Amino acid sequence: MSYKYDSKARYAKSHEWVRLEGNAAAVGVSDYAQHLLSDVVYVDLPEVGDSVAAGESLGTVESVKAAEDAYSPISGEVIEINTALEDHPEWINEDPYGKAWLIKVAPSDTGELAGLMDAVAYEAYVNEEEEKGGH
Amino acid sequence: MNYIPNTDADRAEMLKVVGAGSVAELFRDVPERYRFPTLALPPALSEMEVIEELNALANENDDLHHLACFLGAGAYNHFVPSVVDFLLHRSEFFTAYTPYQPEISQGTLQAHYEYQSMICALTGMEVSNVSHYDGATAAAEAVIMALQMGRGKRNKVILSPTLHPQYRAVVHTYTQGMALEIVGEDVAWVGPSAGSGSALEALAALLDKQTACVIVQNPDFLGRLYTPAEMQALADQVHAAGAQFVVSADPISLGLFVPPGQYGADVVTGEGQPMGNAISFGGPYLGFFAMKKDDVRRSAGRIVGQTVDADGQRGFVLTLSTREQHIRREKASSNICSNQALNALAAAIYMAAMGKYGLRTVAELSYHKAHYAAGLIGQIPGYEVVSRWPFFKEFVVRCPRPVATINEILLDRYGMVGGYDLGGDYPGLKDHMLLCVTEMNSKAQIDLLVEALQEVTTMNPDRLEDEAEAPHE
Repeated sequence: MSYKYDSKARYAKSHEWVRLEGNAAAVGVSDYAQHLLSDVVYVDLPEVGDSVAAGESLGTVESVKAAEDAYSPISGEVIEINTALEDHPEWINEDPYGKAWLIKVAPSDTGELAGLMDAVAYEAYVNEEEEKGGH
Repeated sequence: MNYIPNTDADRAEMLKVVGAGSVAELFRDVPERYRFPTLALPPALSEMEVIEELNALANENDDLHHLACFLGAGAYNHFVPSVVDFLLHRSEFFTAYTPYQPEISQGTLQAHYEYQSMICALTGMEVSNVSHYDGATAAAEAVIMALQMGRGKRNKVILSPTLHPQYRAVVHTYTQGMALEIVGEDVAWVGPSAGSGSALEALAALLDKQTACVIVQNPDFLGRLYTPAEMQALADQVHAAGAQFVVSADPISLGLFVPPGQYGADVVTGEGQPMGNAISFGGPYLGFFAMKKDDVRRSAGRIVGQTVDADGQRGFVLTLSTREQHIRREKASSNICSNQALNALAAAIYMAAMGKYGLRTVAELSYHKAHYAAGLIGQIPGYEVVSRWPFFKEFVVRCPRPVATINEILLDRYGMVGGYDLGGDYPGLKDHMLLCVTEMNSKAQIDLLVEALQEVTTMNPDRLEDEAEAPHE
């Protein structure tokens, strides 16, 4: 099974991505993650002004199959949330790196990005996970 | 017939496994003299004799088929049409427990859907769940939902002092250990000098950015009705503070008065018992819970929806049963996802049978009879109707004697259940009685109550008179 990857993003082992966009960092879940979840029906996000910490839950993605925490790959303050996902949770399945970004963060330390995988490393990690029997 | 499910061989094998020689050996820790004591039982009775004895015991109970009832305070004696019990006792409804594949029970889901639809119409809200345990737990769930909506940043809850005292107690129980600040229960709220809006203003003064919600009961525990304008003014202040406005309401009152959905309520809860459910001995009842559509994800309980199947035919599904309640309990709004299905069904049948105009008639009769009673009681020397505010079917009377004494005489001499003794919950209301009048109280009953209240000012309870007479015997 092959999945899509965004070469501009960096990835956490818990299958979230983060991508610098000017001073902000957009955060979402990977194509592999949305595939594991199957049809997403609901997304619960933090509020603008909340702090998120790398490795801690930023919200919940609920599908017809499961309800999973999404973990923030980066620390900082939430400056924008993707409110359109309230009405269009299916975007996470359709376009996980594009219009289905979850939150935008003002990163407190962009150095954290170095601790995450790039797209090539993440693809290798996903393939390894797949071989182990997946999730 | 032998009901023992295992054979001698089975038992011998089990004894071998546990290393015991006989079954009797398993009881050796019980001293021998206690093992088979002789029981002093009367001879066995025939079925006919047992029924006779049980009937005799049952007849010792006082019940509302034989007593006039002027007691309310949260549980109300309203008429239950025969159709309610008839449909309720159909085995399709009566025997079923929670179907774990809910969609297989289309009849149950349809009944729940109709219940929800009528609760929405009654409260003026967008969405209703399929009920909670009772009015108290529904109020507590509203608090927990508001805390969820505050995302842990708001930890203050404002409770009206005239929210039912037991509901307030249940809110405290539900939220213990959550480090909340629960305020409002001691604000100045009553007395002949208190204006009708003053209690609400006192609550509004407690609002701040830490406030998750404000709960007000309307009509309140003392029967007082707040006007839609007064309630809307409070709702606006609650919303300006970013908090939720929760209204606990008597569903019968909503047949006549403006529903809370029209004066800014975010959540409407209440006790559903007055609709088709017997008072019994305090339960089982049902709590109704209605909200705005945007907030359903933060709610507890379950919601049934209507949809179409693959062939385009109407069907019913469990639209929302937040997954957290089953698999992510630590993230759940509430871990109580049970509802009171049969009681909610009774309420649904009641609402359908009464209809919009029937419910209005029940409310009007209760309102007018209560005001008739209050008018007469206010003229009895020694009594004062404290309720100078608009009220629905309950009002407060200051009595010349302790309420317990009066009630004892009313029950023993007049076959009446008197009002609720307010002194226990409100120390300032010692010797104050909360009287309730519904469509079930005839004019003759009310007139007799007035006469009785007049007479009890000089009477002693039977118990006291017996004691007084004892020396003469």
